[in-house]
Amino acid sequence: MDDSQIRQALLDILRRIAPEVEPGTLLPDAKLRDQVDLDSMDFLNLVVGLHERLGIDIPEADYARLTTPDAITAYLKAKLG
Amino acid sequence: MIEFKLPSLGADMEQGKLLEWKVKPGDPVKKGDVVAVVDTSKAAIDVEIWQEGTVFRLLAQAGETLPVGAVMALLLAPGEQPATAAPPAAATTLPQRRRVAPAARKRAEELQVNLDAVTGTGPQGAVTVEDVEQAMAAATPAPAPTGDRQTEMRRAIAAAMARSKREIPHYYLSESIPLARAGAWLAAENARRPVTARLLMAALLLKAVALAARQFPEMNGCFQDGAFRPSAAVHLGVAIALRQGGLIAPALHNTADLPLGELMAQLSDLVRRARAGSLRSSELADPTLTVTNLGDQGVESVHGVIYPPQVALVGFGKVALRPWVEDGTLQALPLLTASLSADHRVSDGHRGALFLARIRDLLQQPETL
Repeated sequence: MDDSQIRQALLDILRRIAPEVEPGTLLPDAKLRDQVDLDSMDFLNLVVGLHERLGIDIPEADYARLTTPDAITAYLKAKLG
Repeated sequence: MIEFKLPSLGADMEQGKLLEWKVKPGDPVKKGDVVAVVDTSKAAIDVEIWQEGTVFRLLAQAGETLPVGAVMALLLAPGEQPATAAPPAAATTLPQRRRVAPAARKRAEELQVNLDAVTGTGPQGAVTVEDVEQAMAAATPAPAPTGDRQTEMRRAIAAAMARSKREIPHYYLSESIPLARAGAWLAAENARRPVTARLLMAALLLKAVALAARQFPEMNGCFQDGAFRPSAAVHLGVAIALRQGGLIAPALHNTADLPLGELMAQLSDLVRRARAGSLRSSELADPTLTVTNLGDQGVESVHGVIYPPQVALVGFGKVALRPWVEDGTLQALPLLTASLSADHRVSDGHRGALFLARIRDLLQQPETL
């Protein structure tokens, strides 16, 4: 799975949680939670969504690394190996 | 004959628009069945029935706006036969025809009010002119910008909150709660749970409030008709911000009895359905104590407005590392500010303080929640 496919998966899941997110408006290097109004329940749903779509288990201890869309994509890519 | 009336789905609801019937004449219904979908100013709600019977006649039409308490349908009680040929025994208690004062009938025609939907308050349930005018007033939207749900929701919130501030003498308390133990317990618990069964701190907070509320009945119930009625069950109202703006606080039923995993699953489902607009009428009708959690938005504390007819509201701010002295040693600990807004007609600050202290103590023993 390449970067653009991972990005697309992230965007799809995000838009299910926050339908107001317009594709193409997310800045790749700015913090996701500064760009989208996500509470802790939304963030958990994002992690569950990534698990269901990509089969990746993200431990809670790694949440702090899931900052910007770029950082999340890099994290997922490394996990997918 | 059972009258099925439009229930009140919260202090801020005066009327509802029937969107759809989920039953038709002849259908058997039992307690808890969804019989209609009604649009309130906040959301489309699945309205449940609380009696067993058979649908006899649907009085309200889809698209019709009705005041709270309007008779929407008639049902036959179990074993009851429909009255066909003038049943003499039943006639006194179950009038085939509504009793309507002639002047009320005339007024209803003038105002184009559907008499079937008007609740009569006159002798033997007769509909009076006042009843007709009241039904008309309730069904007429207030003169303000109309149409848009945002405006409607803002108006509903304004009505409930203004009523709260007008009628309820609030007092406010706050308490710092150390969350190191709860945080460590939660991290360990989530490390062994699958992703789909992880818990949020919110679940622990709700459970602690619910358990404490059992011991402080004066925080849990409703103040109605000049008297406080404590509730035996604890149905925490969970304030949920809607993405398009506004909020709704449906009940998480029997919160104190739910194991944490089940509480979390039900909370998750409640938030999802609140945002998707598919709540059930019972969830809006019977919360006994509301909890609002604004920690995710980064505020330190929240001093909320009680949602009438409830008598208390617990607010939580964010969990943050702050200086704290324990055993004479200054340390940095995760702390949370909990606040209580409570009704001085029902409780006083002393009991309120003990209630908050109980919540704090319960959160120091997360394994018992």
